[in-house]
Amino acid sequence: MTATTINSVHDLSQPQLQATFYDLNEHDHPEGGSTMLGFWIYLMSDCLIFAMLFAAYGVLGGSFAAGPGPKDLFELPLVALNTAMLLFSSITYGFAMLAMEKGGKGAVQLWLLVTAVFGIAFLSIEMYEFYHLIHEGATPMRSGFLTAFFSLVGTHGLHVTFGLVWLFTLVVQVGTKGLIPANKRRLMCLSLFWHFLDVVWIGVFTFVYLMGML
Amino acid sequence: MGTQHAHPNPDAHGHDDHGGSHGSMREYVVGFLLSVVLTAIPFWLVMTGAIPDKQTTALVIMAFAIVQIVVHMIYFLHMNTKSENGWTVMALIFTIVIVVIALSGSLWVMYHLNHNMMPMSHDMDMRQVP
Amino acid sequence: MAIEAVDHSHWSPLLGRLWLDALPQEPIVLATFVVVALGGVALVAALTYFKLWGYLWKEWFTSVDHKKIGIMYMVLGLIMFLRGFADAIMMRIQQSIAFNGNEGYLNAHHYDQIFTAHGVIMIFFVAMPFVTGLMNYIVPLQIGARDVSFPFLNNFSFWMTTAGAVLVMMSLFIGEFAQTGWLAYPPLSNLAYSPWVGVDYYIWALQIAGVGTLLSGVNLICTIVKMRAPGMTMMRMPIFTWTSLCTNILIVAAFPVLTAVMTMLSVDRYLGFNFFSNDFGGSPMMYVNLIWIWGHPEVYILILPLFGVFSEVTATFCGKRLFGYSSMVYATLVITILSYLVWLHHFFTMGSGASVNSFFGITTMVISIPTGAKLFNWLFTMYRARIRYELPMMWTVAFMLTFTIGGMTGVMLAIPPADFVLHNSLFLIAHFHNVIIGGVLFGIFAAINYWWPKAFGFKLNQFWGKVSFWLWVPGFWVAFTPLYILGFMGVTRRMRVFDDPSIQIYFVIAAFGAVMIAGGIGAMLVQFAVSIWKREELKDESGDPWQGRTLEWATSSPPPEYNFAFTPIVHDIDAWDDMKRCGVERPVTGFRPIHMPKSTGTGLILAGLSTALGFAMIWYIWWLAAASFVGIIGYAIFHTFNYKRDYHIPVETVEATEAARTRQLAAAGA
Repeated sequence: MTATTINSVHDLSQPQLQATFYDLNEHDHPEGGSTMLGFWIYLMSDCLIFAMLFAAYGVLGGSFAAGPGPKDLFELPLVALNTAMLLFSSITYGFAMLAMEKGGKGAVQLWLLVTAVFGIAFLSIEMYEFYHLIHEGATPMRSGFLTAFFSLVGTHGLHVTFGLVWLFTLVVQVGTKGLIPANKRRLMCLSLFWHFLDVVWIGVFTFVYLMGML
Repeated sequence: MGTQHAHPNPDAHGHDDHGGSHGSMREYVVGFLLSVVLTAIPFWLVMTGAIPDKQTTALVIMAFAIVQIVVHMIYFLHMNTKSENGWTVMALIFTIVIVVIALSGSLWVMYHLNHNMMPMSHDMDMRQVP
Repeated sequence: MAIEAVDHSHWSPLLGRLWLDALPQEPIVLATFVVVALGGVALVAALTYFKLWGYLWKEWFTSVDHKKIGIMYMVLGLIMFLRGFADAIMMRIQQSIAFNGNEGYLNAHHYDQIFTAHGVIMIFFVAMPFVTGLMNYIVPLQIGARDVSFPFLNNFSFWMTTAGAVLVMMSLFIGEFAQTGWLAYPPLSNLAYSPWVGVDYYIWALQIAGVGTLLSGVNLICTIVKMRAPGMTMMRMPIFTWTSLCTNILIVAAFPVLTAVMTMLSVDRYLGFNFFSNDFGGSPMMYVNLIWIWGHPEVYILILPLFGVFSEVTATFCGKRLFGYSSMVYATLVITILSYLVWLHHFFTMGSGASVNSFFGITTMVISIPTGAKLFNWLFTMYRARIRYELPMMWTVAFMLTFTIGGMTGVMLAIPPADFVLHNSLFLIAHFHNVIIGGVLFGIFAAINYWWPKAFGFKLNQFWGKVSFWLWVPGFWVAFTPLYILGFMGVTRRMRVFDDPSIQIYFVIAAFGAVMIAGGIGAMLVQFAVSIWKREELKDESGDPWQGRTLEWATSSPPPEYNFAFTPIVHDIDAWDDMKRCGVERPVTGFRPIHMPKSTGTGLILAGLSTALGFAMIWYIWWLAAASFVGIIGYAIFHTFNYKRDYHIPVETVEATEAARTRQLAAAGA
């Protein structure tokens, strides 16, 4: 449709004018056309929450208050294992998406559950680490550094927890309703969410764990 | 999520592309292998102390992190400039700009604040305090 | 008037730290409580007597129609505005009498809550709902859409904002509000110095309302990006839609920062973390730094949509296209980015040193350039135009004069050495009221007068509108000029009593100004009442009472549920003006069923549970907190199992509605 100028429209009849200015043959639009963009924008806002936590860690990361520092506390093999769990869960979620493309309802559920296993493993290792730290007296109340550390890593963990709740909900919904467009949309949103958490984790293991051990 | 009642407009065409493709097996596997490599190297660097200079190591692992984030964006999040008419990429770039401003600005501001306002932690020379 | 220290250490498993000592004790609060309680009872009784609950529930509370949600936002803003203004006038009276050993009528505990509540309410629960309400109502109409992208989320966002407002109002009668100033700087807001519930009310009200604000930001961005009418390219969007887009981008990029900082403050308070503590390596200065990363974009969140309103109003009442459309768009975009580069100017005096201060001083001054460009665009639009001085235009001119001066005092404050003199003085108070009242509030009044006929189908009464205008604008200057002067004299903000009797006269003048403003507010309420009373005389049948230029005027007033029976196709920036010039007639046949979202009570239920969660957390009622948290998650999951969220308006209904519209237009034309 080209722009109509005041000069050219004078020759148009009223029905032609109406067809120029109104969409007379409008069709129903499928639902959810904005969902992916909306969810992406939400993720961008979540990025900023993590940015603030990173900023706080950057500022307080050296405030040990005569307490333990990263080198006294972190165990890189454990972190490497944890990172592996998250990476595995990422690719298994990818397999779930590929299964969704092919329309394999059972395969989707299976891969989702495999993803959940890795997710739970990740959380368990993280909780073991936290328990261990607290047991050693390195509680979040101990210093500014530990406050910022627990908050940043813990917020990531809470996101993973929320992702798991959502994942199990979707397993049920895919089971009951099948791979209908609404469920596919939800699977894609959770996919974005899950991979986004992986991206955040890259920042966490690099800036918190690896740089801390230098 | 809610119901959507889009009208055809330059940004709403192609209702089923939903922010791009969902990737292929090849993409996921390549992304996964790249991530494994990009994760393993920095861990190895730090755990073995392969580079004696700490600052260099820090810069190298930061570079690895940035590359890995890009890999995840492309292979797992399937970012491309075409999905949603470029709005997702635009949103991402805007967010990165804001994150960089907020992070680097905070560190800069707080470094100077600490430097000026907490002389105790830097040197005990109280005569500098007005 | 010394207050006795009350021991609030009582805690029980059932009620947490909520006990009888939380109920109002001071006579002033008690009297207010009684009046509000009686008013509330009367309202509930009236609604029950007239059997209005079902109507409200079905047509309003559960509605996902963006127009109704927009109106509810405006009502919320208006109610909270009255509360916020009551706080303001109480402060003005206190400060005008507390001289020569007179302690005034407010004790410190009460006064400190009032100035905190005034700031919090005016920003979060007046300006934000007004702005969000306007965007909600107008944006979908301006872009030729039938609703927003996520209608359910829209309803949910509104109720979350309301939940935050409810918590703030509760704090008036149950417990206390924060006594920390509107940004609750630590260490004062830490548990050690604010041990009772005030700061917790503050935190939870902002957190819950913040969820609503963020989601509505996401929603409106998607709406503008995805749902524009065919032909409406980005550079054909009405300026109000443009400024709304930038505002919502700012919301999405700024409110998470507030959420994060509030969360850090709460873990400090609830769990003894050390983000902002003075010992154990925390940094109170980091709070100031982080919260202003949200705080500065926030002021642009408030003003940008009103810049859009002034642009629409100026173009309409000058009867010509806005001067410099694209420069207006680029100025808005530049402001959007720059607003993230100036936050430190709120704490020049904290001691970042010369390099940091000069950087942020310069960026702050730079931001006045795009703002100036906008002002010139409005002036050039007015230049040699046949200006119709209707109420919206009057408010716009008042804005231009007032806001410019506020902007100039802002540039003064942007100079770090000058700021060292003026920081935290009444000069600062005068400055930001100058821009927020002169910009945001005047803009909201312009918008209300401009779009009221669209929302309700009749114009607002002009006489009472003018009375309100002439009380407000001079009243503003009488109230705030003395504060500029006092600021130069070195009087700081948030003072309850004064020693120097020579400055009393300024406070008396300021109080008189506040009384004039009160008159202006009263006249505005009368204006609404008279207009509703005489709505038949003020009726607008055309749907286009001001010879508007954008698409919201292309439909009836009030618009039907579906906004447009046929989606308009856009060929020009001023789409409706273009349609009128081309002489296109409204199609009256060939209607189709219209796909619309269904109403739902989920938003209200989730927000209610969130209020319970907030209240429980404030009062340490852990069982209720756990129960309401589980309730929120459970109900949200339950909601996702409902897949039937839309329906079709049958073609007969559309035909009947449009036939009525045809008759109305014919009657008006005859």
